[in-house]
Amino acid sequence: MSVTGHDPAYSNARSGTQPLPNFDAQFRQQPSNGVSLTLSGIAKTFGQRAILRDLDLQVPAGQFVAIVGRSGCGKSTLLRLIAGLDQPARGHIHFGENEPRTPGGSLLRVMFQEPRLLPWANILANVEVGLGAQPKTPLARERARETLRAVGLEERGADWPSTLSGGQKQRVALARALVSRPRLLALDEPLGALDALTRIEMQRFLEQMWLRDRFTALLVTHDVMEALTLADRVLMIEQGSITLDLAIDLPRPRRRGSVDLALLEEQILKRLLREEKVLPEYTI
Amino acid sequence: MSDMPWPALAEIAPAQRTGGWRLSFAAKHALLSWIVPVLLLIVWQIAASAGWMSDSVLPSPVKVAEAGWNVARSGALFQNVEVSFLRAMAGLIVGGGIGFALGLANGVSKFSEHLTDSTLQMLRNIPHLSLIPLVILWFGIGEEAKLFLVALGVFFPIYLNTLHGIRTIDPQLLEMGKSYGMTNGMLFRRIILPGAMPSILVGLRFALGIMWLTLIVAETIAAQSGIGYMAMQAREFLQVDLVVFSILIYALLGKLADSVARLLEKRCLKWHANFKDEAHV
Repeated sequence: MSVTGHDPAYSNARSGTQPLPNFDAQFRQQPSNGVSLTLSGIAKTFGQRAILRDLDLQVPAGQFVAIVGRSGCGKSTLLRLIAGLDQPARGHIHFGENEPRTPGGSLLRVMFQEPRLLPWANILANVEVGLGAQPKTPLARERARETLRAVGLEERGADWPSTLSGGQKQRVALARALVSRPRLLALDEPLGALDALTRIEMQRFLEQMWLRDRFTALLVTHDVMEALTLADRVLMIEQGSITLDLAIDLPRPRRRGSVDLALLEEQILKRLLREEKVLPEYTI
Repeated sequence: MSDMPWPALAEIAPAQRTGGWRLSFAAKHALLSWIVPVLLLIVWQIAASAGWMSDSVLPSPVKVAEAGWNVARSGALFQNVEVSFLRAMAGLIVGGGIGFALGLANGVSKFSEHLTDSTLQMLRNIPHLSLIPLVILWFGIGEEAKLFLVALGVFFPIYLNTLHGIRTIDPQLLEMGKSYGMTNGMLFRRIILPGAMPSILVGLRFALGIMWLTLIVAETIAAQSGIGYMAMQAREFLQVDLVVFSILIYALLGKLADSVARLLEKRCLKWHANFKDEAHV
């Protein structure tokens, strides 16, 4: 089932009297949007505590990687290092052929756990924030409008963010992250605060956007099923290092509750809960 | 209407029967808030006409209005109001401007904050009206004295609230802005300034109150024009009605300034849920 197919705004735009300009030809001049990522010997400490220990990781261009782990395992820290929000104590992070990670360049965008929309800017202006320091040309504005349409909120462009629901706010945040067509999208538990139904809806949006733009995606989540529904590859981080690297080779869109996913979920959850199994509550 | 099928409807909807007397909710509230002032005015008039209060204590509202009419006809009123208004605005612009600039600088730059903030916090504890003798010694009773006092009075509320507004900006928004490639100028225009705006406007409202207060004191003590001077002149000639009228003019100007500040809040903070539909301006 296609979500946007039932969206009135979307179908109006398609069947409207005025044909839309061909945005794909206009905006997608760059070939295959993704960028590969290489981490070598990454370490991060907060005071005396080591959060990440000599972590190595290779992500090919366009891959959807999910990072799972218990809270406090260092998965969000890893994402912040990749996004350049924090600096590693040791180690190097490379993008593609040593491409520079300039802030505001279209290499990388972060989607945070909170929507972090500007409450004093209307929704369209919030999406335009994603264009970074680029001058706001009519073409750029059209692009922001098109991205807002893609997340199904085109008609809300002039409203304040405070009038949106939590899921809608995250959709605006997704549009903001994607409007500059980033080559890597870092997602820091962006669906963590949403209710179950909205989450499933957002996961569909996310997958659609990824299929459309083919950016490299790094999704940090504590929801194993979410990781399995979306990712090509699931990484598990325990005590600052990667302890599981699982390729998920299942066709998309994946059916939630299918046997394959359930088996994989069981396998990963077992690993995550292992520490408790060692210490049972009672002994015979 | 004898063949009305549901006669009970008339009982269900008594609102229709009152017809033209029904007022909208907002109009009712506006009317409600005027009842007490009007009642007070009536009681005052009755008390004065009945001779319970001597004219030399508190003249009747009608006499006050008469005095106001006379002074307005002679042209002295508008001249004095204009002088006072210009003084207030000049002081507000100078003091508020400096306070705003320093608040911004200290909110954004740690260096500037360390350099000036503790000095300013020390100076804040001096009541600015206590400087009047010194100010008269420095400037005499010219315009500079009033400008200085008003500027000093409005400086602190605007400075403190601007600084507070910038300090309380959501660091997550700043992080987002930096991560999305905003330049320092853009961070300032798109996040810092709008984020601090609610607090800055609170500072402005405080400042407006202090502005009139300072001006009243300064004009009463040392001036040769303005509303305060007009009141002091009237006192010398025992024109109590004119004194009362001058006081009312101050109240009116204060209320006007407050309304302007509220209007600004409504315009600048449209996005803020608290300012969305405020009935009274």
